[in-house]
Parts: sequence; structure tokens; C-alpha cells
Amino acid sequence: MLAQIHVTFKEGVLDPQGKTVHHALNDLGYDEVLDVHIGKYLEVKLDSVSEEEAEIRVREMCERLLANTVIESFRFKLVSTE
Amino acid sequence: MKCGIVVFPGSNCDHDCYHILKNILNQETHWLWHKNPTDLDSFDLVVLPGGFSYGDYLRAGAISCFSPIMNSVIPFAKKGGKVLGICNGFQILVESGLLPGALMQNHTRKFICKNVHVRVENTTTPFTSKCGENSVLQIPIAHHQGSYYIDPHSLTDMEERGQILFRYCDVKGDITESSNPNGSVGSVAGICNEQKNVMGMMPHPERCADPLWPNIDGQSIFHSLISQS
Repeated sequence: MLAQIHVTFKEGVLDPQGKTVHHALNDLGYDEVLDVHIGKYLEVKLDSVSEEEAEIRVREMCERLLANTVIESFRFKLVSTE
Repeated sequence: MKCGIVVFPGSNCDHDCYHILKNILNQETHWLWHKNPTDLDSFDLVVLPGGFSYGDYLRAGAISCFSPIMNSVIPFAKKGGKVLGICNGFQILVESGLLPGALMQNHTRKFICKNVHVRVENTTTPFTSKCGENSVLQIPIAHHQGSYYIDPHSLTDMEERGQILFRYCDVKGDITESSNPNGSVGSVAGICNEQKNVMGMMPHPERCADPLWPNIDGQSIFHSLISQS
């Protein structure tokens, strides 16, 4: 099983990289761009866990290490690799 | 004062801290290797030095806070032992939860290495008791992820409890937008926990504490700690 994890800054936390890319896209003429958020994408390969267990354990991994929940939020999807 | 300097893989200000405490201020100073959980009961101070522990992988300080020595440092801090985190050490302290908030990439998106001024905001802590009230210290910074963040409500609580110890300021001690080098909320440069025994700061006092150099403003922090032990 594969956990596909996205970590991004929480709403209201300044994302200087996202802001710069937002301005660059506007400068290129993409006026429809309203906001850009830059985050991290992680793939975590899992072995011998049920989907229910994986759901709990991946959430715990995110909270304990993969995201800093003071400034970041996370979301993930579990994908079967069989 | 018995001091311990933690050495993580990637620490690079550990020798500077050791030099100041041992050779300049004549304190009993020991190395604490990150892989060895150590009984810290006999120590008066543990320093988490600056550097790039574990290559700043994932987030600065995120991996170091789970290293074996932290299993000794965290209970030591919770029992009231004094812990000083400088730069990367500050990042490790917020990641470990010993200090509130988080340290983010500088708002300039650049590594900043320069002398800055900080104003001492509270002189009633073991880390600042020998600093003059509202005094201005010149201390260098060198970091990429030093922009302090905490939500506005918690920042107010910290201010009321006297947990803000240093703010970036200009040479006269005024806090302005241009005197804030990295976009920290409230121009915060250094904080302590509620119990006032754990302090983290982004500026490097160990880089301005050897009288070989003209600036020894950093000494006042170490003298404060020595006077408490």
C-alpha cells in the first residue's frame, strides 16, 4: 500500500514561495491565478497493514513528524499497490 | 556551572559554545553526543548549538528532536533544568514542543548572515538577569529558517507572561519593520517557556563573547546563567 501525503501551510500562515510564484504567474499574463500554495508531497510505502490500520498510523506519522501542525496541515490518500 | 553541549550530526556552532563556556568563562563543560542518552541530573545547563542537524531534512530540527539525547534533554527541561537553544537549537526546541510556535523560512526567502540588534524585553529570567533593562545588544544572525510564527492570540499570552526575551530592533532600540530581518511575528528573536527555564534564540551570542573581538555583547547571556548557578 502507498500513502500519498500532501503537506501545505495552514490558511493564514505566510507562504513567501507561493506568493512569489503567484506574482510570477500574474506577470506571465495568467491573470486568473488568485493564489498559489507550495507544499511537500511524500510517498510512504507500507507493508502488512490493513487499510483501517494504515489510516490511523499514517495520520499519526503526519502529526508526529511529517507535518508541523503549528503551521502546516496535511491530507493523504491510501492507494493499493497490488 | 556544569554545562553540556549537545553534538548532533551537522552541528557547527558546538565548538564555539564550548570555547566560550570552557575557555573564556572558565566553566566545567562537557560534550553530549546525540546517540548517547545521558543522566543530566548533575548538569546546570544544556546547550543545543547552532548548525544544520540532520541536514535540515524535512524541516529544520524535525529529525533531531527524536534523537536519543533528546530523551534525556526533554525530561531534564521538564524537571526545571536550564536549556539554551541557539539558532538550530531553537528550531529543535520548537519542534520538540519544549517551546511554543514554529520557525519558518525567512520572508526574504534568503539565508541571512549579518549583525543585528536585539532589545532585551525581560530581565527577570535566568538567561537575561545580567542584561540591562531594555538594553540593546548587537548579536549576529545566520539562518534561513528563522522567521518566528505563532498565532496572534498565543503571542499576546506569551507577551503577558513575559516569555518574549528579545526582539529585533534598530541601533537605538526602536522596533521597526526594517529592523525585523526575517519577518518574525512581533519581531521576536528569542523566547522562553512559561517556567522560564528553557530559552531559544535565533541570534548567536557565542559568536560575540570572546574578548579577542571588539563585540562581547553575547557574554551578558552567559553571565546571567553563571550568576544563577
